[in-house]
Amino acid sequence: MNKPCASGRTVGGLRTLSLQAPAVTLLLLWMIVPLGMTLWFSFQRYNLLMPGVTGFAGLENYQYLVTDPALWTAMGNTLLLVGWVLAITVIGGTLLAVLFQQDFAGRGIARVLAISPFFVMPTVSALVWKNMMMHPSNGVLAWLFESVGLPAVDWFSSLPLTSIVIIVAWQWLPFALLILLTAMQSLDEDQVEAARMDGAGPVAIFFFITLPHLKRAISVVIMIEMIFLLTIFAEIFVTTSGGPGLATTNLAYLIYIRALLDFDVGTASAGGVIAIILANVVAIFLVRMVAKNLED
Amino acid sequence: MRLTPHLSVTALAAAIAISGYAQAQTEITVATVNNNDMVIMQSLTEVFEEAHPDITLNWVVLEENVLRQRITIDIATGGGQFDVMTIGTYEVPIWAERGWLTELDELPDDYNQDDLLAPVRDSLSLNGTLHALPFYAESSMMYYRQDLFEKAGIKMSEQPTWDEVREWAGELHGSEDDLAGICLRGKPGWGENMAFVTTLVNTFGGRWFDEEWNPELNSEAWVTAIQFYVDLLNDYGPPGASSNGFNENLALFARGNCAMWVDATSAAGKLYDGSESSVANSLGFAPAPVARTPKGSHWLWSWALAIPASSENQEAALEFITWATSEAYIELVGETEGWTNVPPGTRHSTYANEQYTEAAPFAGYVLSAIQEADPNDSTLEPNPYVGVQTVNIPEFQSIGTRVGQTIAAALTGDTTVEQALDSAQRATERTMRRAGYTD
Amino acid sequence: MTTSGSKMAAPHATTGRRSAQTRRAFITVLGWSIALMIFFPIFWMILTGFKTETVAIADPTLIFSPTLENYQAVQERSGYTRFALNSVAVAFGSTFLALLIAIPCAYAMAFLPTKRTKGTLLWMLSTKMLPSVGVLVPIYLIFRDVGLLDTRTGLILIYTLMNLPIVVWMLYTFFKDMPKDILEAARMDGASKLQEIFFLLLPLTLPGIASTGLLSVILSWNEAFWSLNLTTSNAAPLTAYIASFSSPEGLFWAKLSAASTMAIAPILILGWMTQKQMVRGLTFGAVK
Repeated sequence: MNKPCASGRTVGGLRTLSLQAPAVTLLLLWMIVPLGMTLWFSFQRYNLLMPGVTGFAGLENYQYLVTDPALWTAMGNTLLLVGWVLAITVIGGTLLAVLFQQDFAGRGIARVLAISPFFVMPTVSALVWKNMMMHPSNGVLAWLFESVGLPAVDWFSSLPLTSIVIIVAWQWLPFALLILLTAMQSLDEDQVEAARMDGAGPVAIFFFITLPHLKRAISVVIMIEMIFLLTIFAEIFVTTSGGPGLATTNLAYLIYIRALLDFDVGTASAGGVIAIILANVVAIFLVRMVAKNLED
Repeated sequence: MRLTPHLSVTALAAAIAISGYAQAQTEITVATVNNNDMVIMQSLTEVFEEAHPDITLNWVVLEENVLRQRITIDIATGGGQFDVMTIGTYEVPIWAERGWLTELDELPDDYNQDDLLAPVRDSLSLNGTLHALPFYAESSMMYYRQDLFEKAGIKMSEQPTWDEVREWAGELHGSEDDLAGICLRGKPGWGENMAFVTTLVNTFGGRWFDEEWNPELNSEAWVTAIQFYVDLLNDYGPPGASSNGFNENLALFARGNCAMWVDATSAAGKLYDGSESSVANSLGFAPAPVARTPKGSHWLWSWALAIPASSENQEAALEFITWATSEAYIELVGETEGWTNVPPGTRHSTYANEQYTEAAPFAGYVLSAIQEADPNDSTLEPNPYVGVQTVNIPEFQSIGTRVGQTIAAALTGDTTVEQALDSAQRATERTMRRAGYTD
Repeated sequence: MTTSGSKMAAPHATTGRRSAQTRRAFITVLGWSIALMIFFPIFWMILTGFKTETVAIADPTLIFSPTLENYQAVQERSGYTRFALNSVAVAFGSTFLALLIAIPCAYAMAFLPTKRTKGTLLWMLSTKMLPSVGVLVPIYLIFRDVGLLDTRTGLILIYTLMNLPIVVWMLYTFFKDMPKDILEAARMDGASKLQEIFFLLLPLTLPGIASTGLLSVILSWNEAFWSLNLTTSNAAPLTAYIASFSSPEGLFWAKLSAASTMAIAPILILGWMTQKQMVRGLTFGAVK
């Protein structure tokens, strides 16, 4: 039923729903079927390598994971990883978006260069960083350090989590940059001009005009990146294999070595459910901080 | 998989079409690791397809860990995506037991099963029948820089001991720029650092499990062995040792940054190749070092081609794997790619072949290493498992990786050796209890 | 990093032109320095593709005799074209499908919001919370039963579903950023039908749609978990091609670099085309 309305904002609920329907239905299916199966398997004994072992496992799989001394370390690493990368990419992305919005010679090419890390496959990036940049004897960073007289840093042995943070932040900075730069396109130039004429310096303009305008985009960047960063796997797999010790084991990697390596589908599924719970906790926390900026 | 049509098949197809006789094209999908020898096998696809015009090969080439995951999931769920799988001495017994692999009891006469080296053949058989054909096999041995040894006046013993190795590493470490006394694997992984560490523990008299399957990871032998390993690498090893796997060490040694290296015999060919290695002319070989016992001091591993029981192209698959593991194939590689590049360690005939032994002076070491490696008797005290550098139970992948991680932490000094082994022991006990081996 | 010290100190009171010029120069240098620093590892990778394997693992150097042997080896080994075509089909197919489904959805959420909009948005994002490693076997079983293993359709389907939440979120953001008065003005001019608003809205939000499309293409192009586990030989995209070069045995840096350069080249071009769309003020001034 169409309710006539002067503002044109609300057209009957039917219209809204029908536009959203395809997306919502598909995602509902996508969520229910694999999620449902995962939940089901998490309560079963199901190991691919042991086809004879079946049956209801109750909470066994969960118990096995939760009593694992490595679980808390893994969760802590996950949060550290997500926190650091978010901080670096959001702050860096905002500043760079302002920078690349300015008009300067060859801006187009510089922009493409700055967003290029996102184009490379994550496993390749990680390998390039590990072996060509961070290698303690023949990496570029070692060469740089040594040419100014500093000792080369053995990145993956002494600063493993930091190394992973650097690699992942490098990959995701362009993502933040791209979204924020696009959001800058709708910034009202007239407003900025007016402020400048009133004598506002660049810093004031940034804090009072640019940043509020970007609030929504920043929230989106944070939420989307969070989702991806919680399940980082490839970079760890290829560089440190979760080590040394547990220094770079995050929840996704823990599930991999505890369950998938053994082809223990039951435990892997339980791990997946635990990961969802963790993700929800983080999301609730972030939503409180950030999602009020999503709507007007 | 080749996009390029090749003339012979087109011509044959045309001839057949003209003659009105229908002959089906069988496509088989081959999954393999991207090691050098397999890449060569892939490059010889045309030769195979010409000799077998009714078969086309599709290739899936992946890194070892990814491949293993991929094909295990497929074979265990009956996905049927592959006709030939490249698996190792670890998987074969486990999968054969579950009936996932086709028994290879009807091999063509000219295949010459007896030519296969016994330890290799046995490790790929269940109840005496082969379940996979060996593509190449390797053990481990020690590489050293003859030039550096000569300069320092050190003579390599016929059977070096680990104490001697430590002495020599101490003398040679730092004697040149960027030269480490010894390079060893440190990257965590059941097939990475643990492959080497297990042999070290074996030769120091330790074992993974006692006869009741209780883990013995904090036994005296383990503690001594791991302490030795950690001290050796920290004192005389290269920087970043805890993230160096086979590849990284190969690169280091080939560039001249290591005086000694104990690792797979399959590295010999690459180190000997002047175009990829700058130490080809000063390369020396010796058996892997021993400590308290020679048992289990060097490993046994073979990559083999197997046919999943669920494959629908059994005949074509069998034709392929017998071709790729035959004497004729080895000769083919020798002639087209050079004799240092033939897949080693599978047949007596390879080692009787003068062309091979001339081009590869390390052949003798490799042969004796393989023949002396006994997966059924690899530790000082009896153990309930099969495998020299692995324990061939399904749980070993995750146990091995977990222990490998703790040892890497001991290597970087994040924990002491005792702490690392205690935590490894507890974690392994948990897993074994859950899997039902112990109570 | 850059010679910023003296330039920053340019006093406020000097002639407007000079301070604007130094400001310009400062920004140019800063922008380019940062861009080059960020790009450097990729530059290094591209460079390594032209070195021989032994040079590639030696100490870093800019001086070497370039060779095409890696590109040759890479092309010989696997045939880039087939993988590339699969990548293109899957990436663009899934992006097109995702955009098709997401645009109406984001439109509804941005301009016809209800009390449940925020909740729906958050729920959509939560469908991505399950780590792939945990759900590998269930998906594999489903695909096996439905016959989607090793098909492009299967991959397109999975990628569309994976990227849909992201695409919806991003489009929602960019739609929300549209100044309302333009749409009001259009509606009052009689453009009350949904389609007319669409024809006005889409050109205005082209930068947003372009960025979203680019990101979706990249996410699909570089996705290396499902693309390796659900394909064999027919539908294998470039990620499988590159994975075949990453070996735990043997020297491969130069070849891997060459293969990766070939894989990232199309995306670089796409990125260039997209960023040209981000020219501000497409029609704002005109409407006002």
